[in-house]
Amino acid sequence: MDTVFGFVGKDFALVATDCGVAYSIMRFSDTEDKIMAVDDNKLFAMGGEIGDRLNFGEYIQKNIHLYTFRTGIKLNVREAANYTRSELAYAIRNGPYQVNLLIGGFDEEGPSLYWLDYLGTLQKLTRGAHGYGAYFVSGLPDNWFKPDLTLDEGIELVKKCINEVQTRFLMSQKNFVVKIVTKDGIRVI
Amino acid sequence: MSYDKAITVFSPNGQLLQVEYAMEAVNKGYCCVAVRGKDCIALGIEKATVSKLQDSRTLQKVLLIDENTCIAFAGLNADARILANMARVEAQSYRLSYEDAPTVDYIARYISSCQQKFTQKGGARPFGLSNFICGFDQLSRPRLFQTEPSGFCTEWKANAIGRNSKQVREFLEKNFAPDLNREDTLRLVTRALLESVEANTKNVDIAIISTEDRRVQFLGESDLQKAIDYVISLKK
Repeated sequence: MDTVFGFVGKDFALVATDCGVAYSIMRFSDTEDKIMAVDDNKLFAMGGEIGDRLNFGEYIQKNIHLYTFRTGIKLNVREAANYTRSELAYAIRNGPYQVNLLIGGFDEEGPSLYWLDYLGTLQKLTRGAHGYGAYFVSGLPDNWFKPDLTLDEGIELVKKCINEVQTRFLMSQKNFVVKIVTKDGIRVI
Repeated sequence: MSYDKAITVFSPNGQLLQVEYAMEAVNKGYCCVAVRGKDCIALGIEKATVSKLQDSRTLQKVLLIDENTCIAFAGLNADARILANMARVEAQSYRLSYEDAPTVDYIARYISSCQQKFTQKGGARPFGLSNFICGFDQLSRPRLFQTEPSGFCTEWKANAIGRNSKQVREFLEKNFAPDLNREDTLRLVTRALLESVEANTKNVDIAIISTEDRRVQFLGESDLQKAIDYVISLKK
């Protein structure tokens, strides 16, 4: 089960996912990047069924690009999140995508984080998580979160979260990918 | 569904009259010149006269299809929007399926096949457009394609479409040289366009896409004036 978590800092949005890919009792890979850069200021951190994750992520990415070419305007994070939600909400009764995601982004409204799940739920949050890891990780940001986290404090918090999941979660999650969005774009930590 | 109105059928002497009439519509449209240089493509566009109350930014003659492809057209503006939209959707669909950008010639062939479909459709008329499709291929060479209302797609080194295109094309044939650098390409395009259009920054737009910077760059007011002045000085 994929662990996805993220939070919002003073001038950045941070998302992290584990890198494991599992199939029945086997671990296929430890180096899967589950965070997709949909535009140069939005990160989609996705967890769930592999095929759905890839398919859905690319589908949304291309549609957002199409919108940019058609209209010459870039969607901001809130608009992109709402669009994604509408696709999930349509799909749930037609052929569901088993994807839960966190959308982290930075636009004129500042850094933001949106929590979406496969049923078509959308919520703007300052900190969120998906997957079994969420049960372990939710307490830490709740405790250490401040409204204007600096990047260094953010990275410290991420390390604590990753440590917690690796110590206590049943499945071994060796590697994590952490990416942030700031006004200067996307960076891998 | 009445299919007997406005259909494209052969005339007794083997012509598709609707397609020919569409070419007439193109030849009434504002002139557009394109020249392929060594590592760039320059476009010269005759600007429509903008009335005082109109916002000139909304009159777009160069439409971006994908990151490395754009089209410039002559003919019916509204048709161009529809065709560009179809091309944009196809470009993204290609990217979704193949995880790679579509090549210029793929887009050119797709647009021309769209135009051809409408010459064989019941109850619809052909697109009244000729397009220049400009972009760069996998080897980063500039490519220039032209499509016509008939759906004919060809590659060109330099061409003109729209009003007075015949004159401008003759000029290009006399003065074209292959592998021109950026400066010379811009000059040739300006000279060619001003064969047909009055020399005035209000009537003319010059744009260039080059290998390093794939975005369409329009010449600013001062550069445009310089280019026009250069051409006028040549004529003296």
